[in-house]
Amino acid sequence: MKRRDIIIGLFAAILLAFAVSPFASGLPDGLERVAEDLGFIEKGEVKPAVSAPLPDYMLPGIKNEGLATAFSGIAGTLLVFASGYGIAKLLRKTK
Amino acid sequence: MHIPDGFLSPTVWGGALAIAIASVSAAVRSAGRKMKDKMIPLMGVSSAFIFAAQMLNFPVAGGTSGHLLGGVLAAILLGPASGAIVITVVLIVQALVFQDGGLTALGANIFNMAIIGTIGGWFIYSLIARLTKATVMATAIAAWASVVMASVACALELGLSGTVPLKVVLPAMIGIHAIIGCGEAVITVLVLGFVRKVRPDLIAGL
Repeated sequence: MKRRDIIIGLFAAILLAFAVSPFASGLPDGLERVAEDLGFIEKGEVKPAVSAPLPDYMLPGIKNEGLATAFSGIAGTLLVFASGYGIAKLLRKTK
Repeated sequence: MHIPDGFLSPTVWGGALAIAIASVSAAVRSAGRKMKDKMIPLMGVSSAFIFAAQMLNFPVAGGTSGHLLGGVLAAILLGPASGAIVITVVLIVQALVFQDGGLTALGANIFNMAIIGTIGGWFIYSLIARLTKATVMATAIAAWASVVMASVACALELGLSGTVPLKVVLPAMIGIHAIIGCGEAVITVLVLGFVRKVRPDLIAGL
């Protein structure tokens, strides 16, 4: 993969996370739908084992929900890119 | 289908965590043997793309939404072991940073989506692709099946946990994920078709 392709690929991912994610459907997903229909959704409404820094893809301090989602999307995309890249580099060395 | 904290019993999430650790370790050893320099940035870009795509819920029938899982996509691009690692990375970041999927359920979520969905999906892809040579059809069927199989694993965990009777949750999970899986098939075929057109050399294939 050439540097140009990496930049294009990463840019496409960031564009999806930033520009499209605020318009994503907020409807319950498949598991949440089943949990609601079968009446066990409240079992998941416990205090999480560890509280995450950006729960529900909302960057704190931003009032506009769409923007909070968009910016948390960028942060996540960059973090996941770096993690995937870093792990692949480590795997290359373990040979 | 990211399971939150509270849905699974300690025995089930502990057991799933043990299986997930063993499976991901095996994937790490296998991926380490096959890792080439040119795959390193592709691992990063695939992880980023699948994370971003997983944020994009699309509405399906009955007031429900679905989003890409990306397991078969990652497996066809990178091979099953590296594909499973990519999905595992995405799931870990989602749980730790975004509370998407509970920390106690992380092992179960990795088992369902990175192992069953990704490696299981890849087996279906390679079987159909070898038998028929029809890679697009193989991709579509495997992508669909990966979501349905992951939902079956999820239903089994919920049933074993005593959260909800298995005979009730299993058909419900399969029913809704059979629909969501169609979205998975369409997105996976379109993205791989695009990559095949612009950079066919990037696809690990069979």
